[in-house]
This record gives sequence, structure tokens and C-alpha cells, in this order.
Amino acid sequence: MYAQMIKTAGTGVKSPEEMTDQERAFQARIDADEKIEPKDWMPDDYRATLIRQIGQHAHSEIVGQLPEGNWITRAPTLERKAILLAKVQDEAGHGLYLYCAAETLGISRDELTEDLLSGKMKYSSIFNYPTLNWADMGAVGWLVDGAAIMNQVPLQRTSFGPYSRAMVRICKEESFHQRQGYDIMMKMCQGTEEQKQMAQDAMNRTWFPALMMFGPSDKDSVHSTQSMAWKIKINTNDELRQKFVDQTVPQAEYLGLTIPDENVKLNKKTGHYDYSEPDWSEFFEVIKGNGPCNTERLNARNKAWDDGKWVRDGLLAHARKKAARKASAKTAAE
Amino acid sequence: MKNEWPLWEVFIRGQHGMSHRHVGSLHAPDAEMAIKNARDVYTRRNEGVSIWVVEAAHIAASSPSDKGPLYEPSNSKVYRHPTFFDIPEDVGAM
Repeated sequence: MYAQMIKTAGTGVKSPEEMTDQERAFQARIDADEKIEPKDWMPDDYRATLIRQIGQHAHSEIVGQLPEGNWITRAPTLERKAILLAKVQDEAGHGLYLYCAAETLGISRDELTEDLLSGKMKYSSIFNYPTLNWADMGAVGWLVDGAAIMNQVPLQRTSFGPYSRAMVRICKEESFHQRQGYDIMMKMCQGTEEQKQMAQDAMNRTWFPALMMFGPSDKDSVHSTQSMAWKIKINTNDELRQKFVDQTVPQAEYLGLTIPDENVKLNKKTGHYDYSEPDWSEFFEVIKGNGPCNTERLNARNKAWDDGKWVRDGLLAHARKKAARKASAKTAAE
Repeated sequence: MKNEWPLWEVFIRGQHGMSHRHVGSLHAPDAEMAIKNARDVYTRRNEGVSIWVVEAAHIAASSPSDKGPLYEPSNSKVYRHPTFFDIPEDVGAM
């Protein structure tokens, strides 16, 4: 979701007989809901998968600033501008919490950044779609952050301590994001016919990309089974997507908006809403780099990194000089 | 020379007389910047009134494999807990 299509390292779940003593003891700790901490022994595949997953999650937070950052200077009121600014600042903070969690697994911040900038590591497909007008700020907050929360709430119970603690912090802050989005949608839906039309148009464009955030069905995937046994994935993609649809349909009804899918209706037998699958070929194209904004997003991140180099280097040079001066003053005094 | 800013661990004291508590980490070129960055990253919602930062490389930590030898000895010393002692009710609150 914020982490999609994470390839789980290894060959799938081993039976207790196939495991080494160390692996068995590790799995027993996870089964007993103990948290795994950075210095604890862990299988290499667990470590590698978590670096991919937390790294991608962090990159999504960072790249996720771009579509909304696009509207900060064009917010309709000063209050909306301040709110959007605070939300985008939160996304930066969430990225930083997650990078630090990934770094406890032995990868450096620079390696993570370089892998994002080179395109080797991915970020969520959703941020490769454009935000065309102010209504998109509503739709993104309501639907995109709503879908993210669906995935992040269960991850608070994930087995890796630093990841779990980062998720607790993030979830605390995230519900403001969804509510501010819904608040924008309410305002627009209660406005002029044209404003309501804008809200509907934003919903039409955001609905299926939001459903794609959960990734294709993985109920039969051996990789997901392993990630779930390790408790770094808590629910299947389909479970989370269904939960999201069930929660969102009544919220859309309240706004008087139509879900852009005529198959959405309550299934009396299951108690859940039926819905159409998104176009998965579009999803795979976006993941491959062919979405509407992939190039623009990566260029923006690369430019920010390159343009910031003199600041990073300058501050470090200053810190080193200051430390050296302090050291030599100390020697002189002795 | 490696040009990544060093990692700092951040500790924040909340409003109500609690001690500083570890909240996370961040990168910064020096202590002064680490405190400024910690303000932005970890106190956006009034979480604290005081920040400590320490370079992660300066933290010494116990090793997970010492868990047994370090902490098990206290398991057998139940008399360290007040509930170990039965005090008759007639004595009153103690």
C-alpha cells in the first residue's frame, strides 16, 4: 500500500522441521507477540524484506509530499494553506521516522536515498497521479490517506520494534490528514453546483488509483504467507481493500457523491459492498515507471537532493571545523 | 570521507514532570542542528518542553545475548516487592 508489491526474500514459509534452532526460536518469539529489536538475531530474509518494506514506506511519505506541495501556494484561504502546510510537514516527519527505523537494520540513509533517486526502490503508485485542482486535495486526504490508515493501523502490531513504534506515532498523526481531506470535500459538496462537480470529478479520478494502493490480490502468494508469518504484513491486500470500500461508500453517500463504479452495492449475503477490480494493467504500467507523473516525481526528488548538496556539505564542514577548533583549544590548555 | 550527517538519538521530556524519554533518532551535522531538527520532527504537537540529543555512536548498550545473566537474578528476589510481606489488616495502611 504505502508499501506495495514488496518481494518477500526467501522461498516461503519453512516448516518447524526445516528450520534451524535459531530460526525456530525466532519464529516462537514472533508467535508469542514479542517484539524483535535491532540487535536481536534475525533471519537474513526477514532483515532484507523489512528494509525493502520500510524503505518503500518511507519513500512514499517523502514523494507523497509532492502532489500536495503543488497546492500549498494556491490554497483558497490562509487557513487552508496553513493546514495543508502542516499536513505536508507531517509527511516529511513520517518519512524520517521510517528511514530511522530502516537504518536500525543496517542500511544507511544515503543508500536508501540513492536507491530512491535511481529508481531502484519504489514508492506507492498513487503518487504518480497528478493533482489537477483544489478538490484533489480533498480527495487525496480523504481517500489516499484513508487507504493508508487502513494499512497502517494493523502495522502498529508488526513484529519489528522500531517499525511498530514508528507506526504508532504515524497513526496518531494521520487521522488529522483524512479528516482535513473530508472537510475539504464537505465544503465543496455544500458549495455551488460547479464546486460539487469538481469534488465528483476528483473522486472519479482518485477512486481506482486508491483501490490499487492495496496491491493486487495476494491471498495465494507464498511471499505474503511468509511476511504474514513474520508479522510484517498483518492482513491480505483483499481484506484491507474490502474494509476500505465498506468504510468509504457511506462516507461518499453522505457527501452526495457517486462512486465511479456501477457495481458498488451492498451484498446482503456477505454484509460487504461488492465492487469492480481496478485495471491492473494500468497499475503495472505505473509501477514500471509509465504513470502520468513518474518522471516528474523522480526528477523533483533528484533536483531537491542535488540542489541541497551545498547545504549538507557546508553544514558538515562547519561542524567538523568547530569540533577541530574545540579539540585544539583543549590541547593548548593542557 | 563519509559525508552523511551523523545519527543522533532524541529524548524528550513531556509537560507533566516525567523524565526524558527516547522518541526516535535523526541525522544532523552537530548538536545544535540536532536540537533544531528534533524540535521540528518530534514536537510538532506540543509533545515536550525539553530536548536532549546524543550522538548514537556514543551510546553504550547491553547486548541481547546478556539478557539471561543480567536480568534473571532479580526473578528469585521476590522479597524486593512489598506484596511479599503479609501485614495483618489490624495494623492499618502501610
